Amino acid sequence: MLSKRIIPCLDVDDGVVMKGCNFTQLKKVGDPVELAEFYYRENADELIFLDIGASWKNRQTTLNIVENISKKVFIPLTVGGGIRNIDDIRRALLAGADKVSFCSAALKNPQLIADAANIFGSQCLVISVDAKRKGNSWNCFINGGRIDTNLDAIEWAKRCEQLGAGEILLNSIDADGMKSGFDLELTRLVSNSVPIPVIASGGAGSPEHLYAALEIGQADAVLAASILHSATYSISHIKQYLTEKGVKVR
Amino acid sequence: MIAIIDYGAGNLRSIANALQKLDADFKILHERDEFKGVDRIVLPGVGSFGKASQKLEESGFFLLLQEWIRADKSFLGICLGMQLLMFNSAESKDSLGLECVKGTNRRFCNVKVPHIGWNNVQYAPDEPVFKNIDQNSYFYFVHSYFIEPDSQDYVIGKTFYGLEFPSVIRRGDVYGVQFHPEKSGETGLQLLKNWVELC
Repeated sequence: MLSKRIIPCLDVDDGVVMKGCNFTQLKKVGDPVELAEFYYRENADELIFLDIGASWKNRQTTLNIVENISKKVFIPLTVGGGIRNIDDIRRALLAGADKVSFCSAALKNPQLIADAANIFGSQCLVISVDAKRKGNSWNCFINGGRIDTNLDAIEWAKRCEQLGAGEILLNSIDADGMKSGFDLELTRLVSNSVPIPVIASGGAGSPEHLYAALEIGQADAVLAASILHSATYSISHIKQYLTEKGVKVR
Repeated sequence: MIAIIDYGAGNLRSIANALQKLDADFKILHERDEFKGVDRIVLPGVGSFGKASQKLEESGFFLLLQEWIRADKSFLGICLGMQLLMFNSAESKDSLGLECVKGTNRRFCNVKVPHIGWNNVQYAPDEPVFKNIDQNSYFYFVHSYFIEPDSQDYVIGKTFYGLEFPSVIRRGDVYGVQFHPEKSGETGLQLLKNWVELC
């Protein structure tokens, strides 16, 4: 039976992992390659590497890191941040990424999803949907949650799938960084609206939150950043908890 | 020398990285006349069956691979590279496979497609490619179609996703795996190591 996935997220800027990286075991490590190896050994199911700076002057630094990670980590690696066109996707894949993730570029030019699916295959396209609640629905935002596109998030997720997305990375802007749990209603709605896997992101503060996203939200995978970086919970602890609750994990 | 076939259907980096990690002797083959000195072949592949079949034709690999497989030489097809061992596929009805195993490829239904993530492989006993690998170990899958052979004779591994499908086949020295061993952690590396060490 297919298991649910736990995916650590590395937010990297100019070659350094940025967010809350105060590991007890790895105090001096802000190095993304070492962190990636650490999570690989911890039994992470995949890794997502987001270049949050995503500026062109540092692009080569990013690709070098991706290349080094892919030589040492033998689980799927998704690369996102600053991906704007087919060439950016090609460069990330050639550097060793298995999948790429993008948000703004898809909303600005939906054809990019179709073109990329045609050239590289849907399996490597993780379309990121940044959603924020507006009354009884959710709107899609771009540019790191700064600009409202006035587009309904669920409709957009469906459109992404039709265009050729392989997975949806669903970020709740409201829940992000709050550590008070995922937006379960949003997660469940999107998960039930698209026939492709949904990765829930934003709000993980405890193993209970991950459980709720997988069971109530019906997500296929969960993204976790600060909950893991802060070393409050290890991946094995989380997986043990999920197993006890009857969720199938690796 | 192991040859990874590059016919323009996907990224070979991951499989090259894994073979490098195992200190295996390999090269990436771009042209058919570079075949000399090669005694084992890895056929990777992502994308659609039809496009891959067409690209194998255009690059001149198609007939060579067919001969290779008929001669029962050492071969490992990964993901689409395994599906190409069949006669054809529901994905691209007019395209030909390498015709190693009688049967076709079918699309999953009534489940989320693609089948993405870690799933168990239940394998047949005494298969050397599973040496030092626990029964029902997890491997990483990404695919929308699965092989449906006419007979179960060559099936040596099975996985459940809405239904039971063959995830590993073997006909003599020709192997096919539906999952990505190069992305299946230490278990996947062990399977590749076992394959590399088969004589």
